[in-house]
Amino acid sequence: MTALLETRGVWQRFGGLIANSDVSISVGRGEIVGLIGPNGAGKSTLFNLIAGVLPPTQGSIWFDGEDVTKMPAAVRCQRGIGRTFQVVKSFETMTVIDNVIVGALIRTTVMREARRKAHEVLEFAGLAARANVLASDLVPSEKRRLEVARALATEPKLLLLDEVLTGLTPTEAQTGVDLVRRVRDTGITVLMVEHVMEIVMPLVDRAIVLDLGKVLTEGKPADVVRDPKVITAYLGDRHAVGA
Amino acid sequence: MTAETIIQSLASGLLMGLLYGLIAAGLALIFGLMDVVNFAHGEFLMIAMYATFFLFAFFALDPLLAAPLVAAALFVFGALVYLLVVRFAVRAKANAGMVQIFSTFGLAIVMRGLAQYFFTPDYRSITHSWLGGKTISISGIFLPVPQLAGAVVSIAAFAALYFFIHSTDFGRALEATREDAGAVALVGIDKNRVFALGWGLGAALVGLAGAIMAIFFYVYPDVGASFALIAYVTVALGGFGSVFGAFAGGIIVGLVEASTALILPPSLKSVGIYAVYLLVVFIRPRGLFGSL
Amino acid sequence: MDTSFAQRRRRDLIIAACCAVAAALVPLFVKDVYIQNIMVLTLMYAALSQSWNILSGYCGQISLGHALYFGLGAYTTALLFTKFGVLPWFGMFAGGVISALIAMALGYPCFRLRGHYFVIATIVIAETALLLFQNWDWAGAALGIDIPVRRDSWLYFQFTRSKLPYFYFALALACVAWLVTWWLEDSKWGFWWRAVKDNPDAAESLGVVVFDSKMGAAAVSAFLTAVGGSFYAQFVSYIDPESVMGFQFSLLMALPAVLGGIGTLWGPVLGAVVLIPLTELTRSYIGGSGRGVDLIVYGALIVAISLARPEGLIGLFSRGHPKEPAR
Repeated sequence: MTALLETRGVWQRFGGLIANSDVSISVGRGEIVGLIGPNGAGKSTLFNLIAGVLPPTQGSIWFDGEDVTKMPAAVRCQRGIGRTFQVVKSFETMTVIDNVIVGALIRTTVMREARRKAHEVLEFAGLAARANVLASDLVPSEKRRLEVARALATEPKLLLLDEVLTGLTPTEAQTGVDLVRRVRDTGITVLMVEHVMEIVMPLVDRAIVLDLGKVLTEGKPADVVRDPKVITAYLGDRHAVGA
Repeated sequence: MTAETIIQSLASGLLMGLLYGLIAAGLALIFGLMDVVNFAHGEFLMIAMYATFFLFAFFALDPLLAAPLVAAALFVFGALVYLLVVRFAVRAKANAGMVQIFSTFGLAIVMRGLAQYFFTPDYRSITHSWLGGKTISISGIFLPVPQLAGAVVSIAAFAALYFFIHSTDFGRALEATREDAGAVALVGIDKNRVFALGWGLGAALVGLAGAIMAIFFYVYPDVGASFALIAYVTVALGGFGSVFGAFAGGIIVGLVEASTALILPPSLKSVGIYAVYLLVVFIRPRGLFGSL
Repeated sequence: MDTSFAQRRRRDLIIAACCAVAAALVPLFVKDVYIQNIMVLTLMYAALSQSWNILSGYCGQISLGHALYFGLGAYTTALLFTKFGVLPWFGMFAGGVISALIAMALGYPCFRLRGHYFVIATIVIAETALLLFQNWDWAGAALGIDIPVRRDSWLYFQFTRSKLPYFYFALALACVAWLVTWWLEDSKWGFWWRAVKDNPDAAESLGVVVFDSKMGAAAVSAFLTAVGGSFYAQFVSYIDPESVMGFQFSLLMALPAVLGGIGTLWGPVLGAVVLIPLTELTRSYIGGSGRGVDLIVYGALIVAISLARPEGLIGLFSRGHPKEPAR
């Protein structure tokens, strides 16, 4: 069984700055994988490369047995890569349900069908009661869930979550963790970026640690947190470990 | 077409371009400060020209002497426009972009209407002034003195602006506010005061330009509209918000306009400017000096 | 679960039908030619603004150069008729198609531009076209084209004796523009447009092809605008570049939508019904001497509405977005 997602020797340079150097990771079907690392480790860049926001300077990205390196974001979404944004990007002048319908429309052009799907996803994400509220009226934790719901409506095989749990209260974070588990239970593979390790470690099957643009180590969460290399990498960033 | 004609046109194009830069400077300053395009900018120019004309007509004041007075008056006017209109426009939560465009645009229409009402649609001109109608010749190239004065004023104004932004407290406050309006509030700078002064300064610059323009151009209620589009193109060409981009943009616009007039019929001279604008933004979507 | 939503759509349709029928009956009671003229213009601007709203309101690509498409529609019809004897009906269609194609050709480079760079590009392109038409001798240059009167008939779409046929055509045009918007609003395109306007990056991540969305909006918008231009050419039977391609047309098309409620179904209609009669009446009653009072009233109104009601006059009715009742 091949991996669902693979990056092969991916590099990304911004002028003189190297954000990712020779990153090769793979994500298997049905996994929840955490992509962690201190600030500036290149997590967000890698994430954007996988989502198709920009093409890598060098290297290739394979998804579901296909080379997607040159595909724009919209086409990757069509192939089954859904994502959320670290800084939420809701469609502020649209209602919650309309936000989700946009996502659903990639699989159907029948409005009735798209609307049905959107209601279903909102129910799943626990936002059904807020369906007809403007997205701009949601509280931050609801906006995060809306991002997830919108991405789920595109029926992804792989869901990329960019710091969806950061900055939430403990209760909200727990609801988020439950949501991610339920997403995986529907058969969707999850790759999540988190800055703060404590939140993700209990949730993920496997963790990949990035530091200074390179893969530092990967493995079971329990092993990763004990790895001296990881501890050293995070030392300069003490608040993240203790947070 | 002789080499002399070409040099002649390019020389007058350069002078006109420096003046375009001065007209556009205020627009660029205001945009850089708060991301607002003043769609009444042409009308600011129009009232500056009327002010110069009336100072001449009633007090026989030469435009050169009137220029500082007009600039001062425009300073007050610009600050008032910010405090009475724009301050509320930037607060809008819905359709923020549209509200900014149309509130300043509505203001432009009102100003044009008021000019028609009080000054009539007649074309007026300053019949005799120290510089009007004079030319000087430098090795066979004739340069109109008013435009030459405009070029000098423009260079001086940009130099002063440079000094001002980089060496005075207010200039630094201006610069800080454009970087991060939220943060300056924390260090006790009153954002509204900075914005109002920025609008005042922007208007004063166009006031200077208007005083010079009045020497050699007709004054009428719609005069601003003819120059407004050129000013927008100048600013966009340089890259919105870059005051010195406006300086370079003005020179380019002036030269392009003059060269187009050599090749195409004079009625098509603006086509060259528009074509260059489109070409530049298609290659660099944020203008020549705009940050990407 | 969708009943309230479907109900709202049906309610909109019923209200529109009632308005259309009521408007159609007005000429039975109003015989005054001057008033009828204002009604024709109001309906025409409602249709134009509705078309503009598709690109600028729904899709968020603010165009202040729509006079280009209006002028192209007018010129195509007039030139085909005067030079080749082609019936205005065909000219109207041809003008629409030409405008849509040009809108897409221009969109190709322009849609990479954002914000003010895009707005200025639209103005600059329309102004360039204006200058070219002013210097195009075959098309009458700055003097324009006088459309010769053949005979009063629907075939030639010329009516010299009564304005009424123009009125009914303008009404039909406004209805079509409204219906197209109504239909698109609840379609993939409508959703894609609003998503592109609100956040292009997020839209792209959800599979929306941002570029295609903008192109689609530009084509529909330009087509309908050009049909309006064709109509205008027949209605006034004389066109010149400044009077059909001038910057003021671009603004007059945008204003009703902006004042009524940009990006809304009813905004352009509401805006046109308030704005156009007001402009025409102030012009004739207090601004007749060219003293600019009409401009003052008009401009002050624009400032007042944009500051007091940023969401447009429609906000007076629905308080922002129409909210569906809880299920």
